[in-house]
Amino acid sequence: MSETLLLNAQGLNKRFGAVVAAQDVSVQVKTGERVSLIGSNGAGKTTFVNMITGYVRADSGSIALGGTDISRLTPRQITRLGVARSFQIPQLYPSMTVLENMLVALACHENRLSMCWPAASPARVLRADEVLSRFHLLAHRDRLVAELPGGVRKLIDIALAMTGSPRLLLLDEPTSGVAAEEKFPMMDTIMQALQGQALTVLFVEHDMDIVTRYCERVVAFYSGRIIADDVPAVALAQADVRRYVTGERLPEDAPHA
Amino acid sequence: MSLSAMLITALAALLAMAGVGYVLPSWMQFMLTMAMANGLVSLGIVLLMRGGVVAFGQGLMSAIGGYAAALVFLHWGVTDAMVLALGGGLSAMLMTAPFAPLLARYRGIFFSMLSLALSMVGYGLLVKTESLGGSDGFNMGRITVLGQHLADGDVRFVMYVFNLVLTVLCALAVKVYFVSSRGLVTRAVRDNELRVEYLGGSVSNSMTLNFVLAAFLGGMGGALAVMALGHIDPNFSYWTTSGEFVFVAILAGSQSVVAVMLSSLVLEVVRSFSSAYFPNTWQLALGIFLLLVIRFMPLGLGSLWSKTTGKAEQSP
Repeated sequence: MSETLLLNAQGLNKRFGAVVAAQDVSVQVKTGERVSLIGSNGAGKTTFVNMITGYVRADSGSIALGGTDISRLTPRQITRLGVARSFQIPQLYPSMTVLENMLVALACHENRLSMCWPAASPARVLRADEVLSRFHLLAHRDRLVAELPGGVRKLIDIALAMTGSPRLLLLDEPTSGVAAEEKFPMMDTIMQALQGQALTVLFVEHDMDIVTRYCERVVAFYSGRIIADDVPAVALAQADVRRYVTGERLPEDAPHA
Repeated sequence: MSLSAMLITALAALLAMAGVGYVLPSWMQFMLTMAMANGLVSLGIVLLMRGGVVAFGQGLMSAIGGYAAALVFLHWGVTDAMVLALGGGLSAMLMTAPFAPLLARYRGIFFSMLSLALSMVGYGLLVKTESLGGSDGFNMGRITVLGQHLADGDVRFVMYVFNLVLTVLCALAVKVYFVSSRGLVTRAVRDNELRVEYLGGSVSNSMTLNFVLAAFLGGMGGALAVMALGHIDPNFSYWTTSGEFVFVAILAGSQSVVAVMLSSLVLEVVRSFSSAYFPNTWQLALGIFLLLVIRFMPLGLGSLWSKTTGKAEQSP
């Protein structure tokens, strides 16, 4: 198993003042896995993602990516090791066109920031078009990001993350803010775009239908702790997950007369 | 626009401007010369504005370049205009480079105030340094161009053409930089620093480089101004002088290099004519003019011919 282990987070702890955001969190993810991180607001999902990507530094514990310790690295260094992420609120460049957004991403990933050669080199434009095409975004290529609807921006955010051909992709609530009837088509687009890539995906999600349909493993968080880690059918059936994540009222929780 | 098209346009503009300059009266040649020299300093501010920061102390860069050129002329006997101009730019670049990583950490008003603070420290040092002429500054003699001494009747036109050549070259280089991948990432920093870091880019490197390049342009502009004026004093680095450079940058907007030179010329024209007709209130005329520009052209003169729509550029 160690040969295929991509992400190994061990004993992560993180406090923000009196709030415990992570308490002895340990997660191992194998190469190629599609893992969903679920939990109510404030459960610690995004903190976990932020610790992996270097945005937040864990108080204790270790994070290894393919055997390399990344616990003390900056977001930039972690990105360069093959970790990419999208954000709950898309983080784009609104004053630029979609193509320019992609060119920025490609230039940053390639680490070839020339002061002389145009950013829009034929090779780079070709690669940008290829990624945009996979996400069905070519129609928006020359439009300003500021003018585009939220769902399209979500896709662009993920497309930006994919320009560097990452090993590990973290999607923070890819369907939040998207109309209910558009969630599945959007997830289909994302998953099709990711097909054929040697890619491990972790995504934070609140919609259990999407979790069940698109991932093969669920890690459930509650109050900074992991309360379940299993295949969706098993994890979602656990009492704590039903109680604290999906918000069900279980018979044993009924007040005794 | 492709690079070759840009080169042809620049060459055509250079020849046309040189031709026009030949028939202009001497005072107008001088005004254009000063507009170009000061325009280069403002071009540095525009460079920084593309990264989302505005320097209120760019006068110091101009002063460093000016003092360096004048001192090299006086003490080392170097009279060649090209050497002095490049020397001015390099001096400003080298002297500001140690501060660039520090300034690269700041944004918004903090960056502006820090750059202003540094310029005021510089101003104070220049005023108190007697060996540099104190508050009166000092004069420098007549420069040579390509080894040729300049006759009295030719000096203004030759200086005009020399400034024109350097300005066009710098404008071209900045234009190339704007469309380069480094230039695009600088714009991205202004829009969203977090995303740049999460894509593997270095915000700090981009901002540091931008600051150093802006210093070079400022230093070269200062050196050119000193060569045209024949005199340097600490007022080059005074905060009101820096304010004028910022005025030009805001008037131009951050979208066009040509607009910067045009705005610098507008400032010179307003200043010259207002000084003549409203001697004590020329700042009033300047202020009203800027108010009108901000009201009716919030993205500056450059927005008149830039393709980018105003709505998106205004977004924070």
